Amino acid sequence: MNLIESFRIAINSLMINRLRAILTTLGILIGVGAVVGLTSLGRGVENYVSGQFTSLGANTLTVSSTRPSSGTRTVIQPLTDKEAIAIARLPGIQRVATQYNVSGTLLAGTESVSLTLNGVTANYVEVNEWRPRNDGGRFISQQDINDAARVVVLGESTVEDLYGDPNFNPINLSLQINGRIFTVIGVMENRSGGAGADQNAAAFVPISTAQSRLDNARVRGGAYKVSQMQVQVESKDAIEMSMAAIEVYLAGAHDIIYSGDEDFRVSNQGDLLSSITQVTGILTLFLAGVSGISLLVGGIGIMNIMLVSVTERTREIGLRKAVGARGLDILSQFLIESILLSLIGGALGIVLGWLISLIGGALVPDLDLSLTLDSVLLATGISSFVGVFFGLYPANRAARMRPIEALRFE
Amino acid sequence: MFKWFNRKTTESVAEPEAPKAVIDIRDITRTYEMGEFSLQVLKGISLQIFKGEFVSIMGPSGSGKSTLMNILGALDQPTSGEYFLDGVDVSKLGETTLAGVRNKKIGFVFQSFNLLRRTTALRQVELPLVYGGVSGRSQKAKAALESVGLGQRLDHLPSELSGGQQQRVAIARALVNEPAMILADEPTGNLDSRSGTEVMQIFQQLNRDQGITIVFVTHDPWIARHTKRVVMLRDGKIVADRHVAAPLVAGETERPSEAEELEGVFKEAYYGGAKAEYT
Repeated sequence: MNLIESFRIAINSLMINRLRAILTTLGILIGVGAVVGLTSLGRGVENYVSGQFTSLGANTLTVSSTRPSSGTRTVIQPLTDKEAIAIARLPGIQRVATQYNVSGTLLAGTESVSLTLNGVTANYVEVNEWRPRNDGGRFISQQDINDAARVVVLGESTVEDLYGDPNFNPINLSLQINGRIFTVIGVMENRSGGAGADQNAAAFVPISTAQSRLDNARVRGGAYKVSQMQVQVESKDAIEMSMAAIEVYLAGAHDIIYSGDEDFRVSNQGDLLSSITQVTGILTLFLAGVSGISLLVGGIGIMNIMLVSVTERTREIGLRKAVGARGLDILSQFLIESILLSLIGGALGIVLGWLISLIGGALVPDLDLSLTLDSVLLATGISSFVGVFFGLYPANRAARMRPIEALRFE
Repeated sequence: MFKWFNRKTTESVAEPEAPKAVIDIRDITRTYEMGEFSLQVLKGISLQIFKGEFVSIMGPSGSGKSTLMNILGALDQPTSGEYFLDGVDVSKLGETTLAGVRNKKIGFVFQSFNLLRRTTALRQVELPLVYGGVSGRSQKAKAALESVGLGQRLDHLPSELSGGQQQRVAIARALVNEPAMILADEPTGNLDSRSGTEVMQIFQQLNRDQGITIVFVTHDPWIARHTKRVVMLRDGKIVADRHVAAPLVAGETERPSEAEELEGVFKEAYYGGAKAEYT
């Protein structure tokens, strides 16, 4: 008796008890389907979230002023536009968008809104990948900055606050900012996602306008203060290197000698991204765990059915032993039966998981759902393990049956 | 051996060489331990069955005939004593080796056929060959089915066969490995008299034409009368071991009805119940 014979016998007995085989398979099918499908959903969410953050600029560094942590140095030298120009020339750096924020009150007719106005450069749109919506408006141009023009670009929430409707088109209308007349030149497209406050509650003016008309940000040496710089690096791999280069340059420019005296901070969106990814990774694990429980239940189902099957087929086992089957032959027959059941269930489960991810992908188009090889391998591995683990006890019971008692069994 | 020459049988004269003892059991006992007390079912049995014999082991319930059959069939081990099956001492073998012995030396026929569900006749008969690792299975299985007259029923499932035909499939299965003996436990017990006769004819034919050794375990004297030798058991001992003077040939004599067998036993006719019930 070799393994091939055991296989043939096992397949024959499965065919003989077709309905029971199908029902048993169902448990594993659902378990594996849940593991594969939900893992794929979890991965999809993970990818979606990290994709959102990438669009917010995973290869973007933020440079801002901060209080020195040492406490021995109390003077904070502001960041300036001249430093921004120098940073833009560092190797590996694509562009630098500077920003100068002033608080202001917008007044349109009788409605007013108080917020922090962002004085920005023209390349703000590229760095943040956030454009004005397509209704005849535009973003702040280099010309506006050169002229320190009195123009403003509004976020949709600000439009709603001022005009009562986020879809209202206020282009070319005038409004007052801190008592001065400004012209609305554009409305940013709606932006959701990411962490923090409503990004649509914003108003953008040329950085020069913020620095000179709404505030006096001029410092010694003819430079202007900036609140923060957004530094876009050429590739994600260059982030660490660029951070170091910026820190070295600014330490020189600010005469920083001792560590802890830094009055600036270079921070990385990637740090936030990795912690978010961690959270969604836990979500995926959680989903996999929950579906793993259903796989466990399916496995117990197999064991249950196999035990019933062993009892029901006691006489058959007795007969097989009477005509010369050894304990090992019976063991391998039943073990192969349970492994086959769970592998077939596993294969169908992978198909089910694939359908789940297809349906999920159709319902939520933003999620890019795909079967990953590792979840398929995992499911296959788990289902064969389930087959062996839960089949071993019933198979062993069958193998140990004494032939006389088995033959006499009613 | 000496026993053999002492026997007054016609075959001993016909054959000068001593025939081989297929079954040679010596002072076998079997005790079942049941918690605090033990039950000795076989109390020292010695028996030799020779090649080509057709033996019935008879005895009432509790006589130990099933236990003896299990030991003869290598399904169970004696508590003490020796058992040589076809020259091999099987009384001390382990379960795995015993499985091989059953496969090669013994063909079982059971009262309840014990066929596999939804399995064709051919496959049923192939089963011992599968466990024996024999090649050329379907030819051998086919030949065995033809020898029991089922050459036209190879692909039939048990549900498509009559009781007699099912038992003939079981006989073919017992034959296919060319065992040293066929061990049949009440092989006609589940059959009507016509099918029983049919099955009995097959057994007699196999014994007569192919010289196959057959051992029946039965409690039915009518069945025993069709065999050549009857061993009677009572309370775990052999109480008689006789040759049948003129074994019946299956199908030639009608079995007497119960009424005929009991003729002369009763005092008077008894109808049972009140007369009113029959009007």
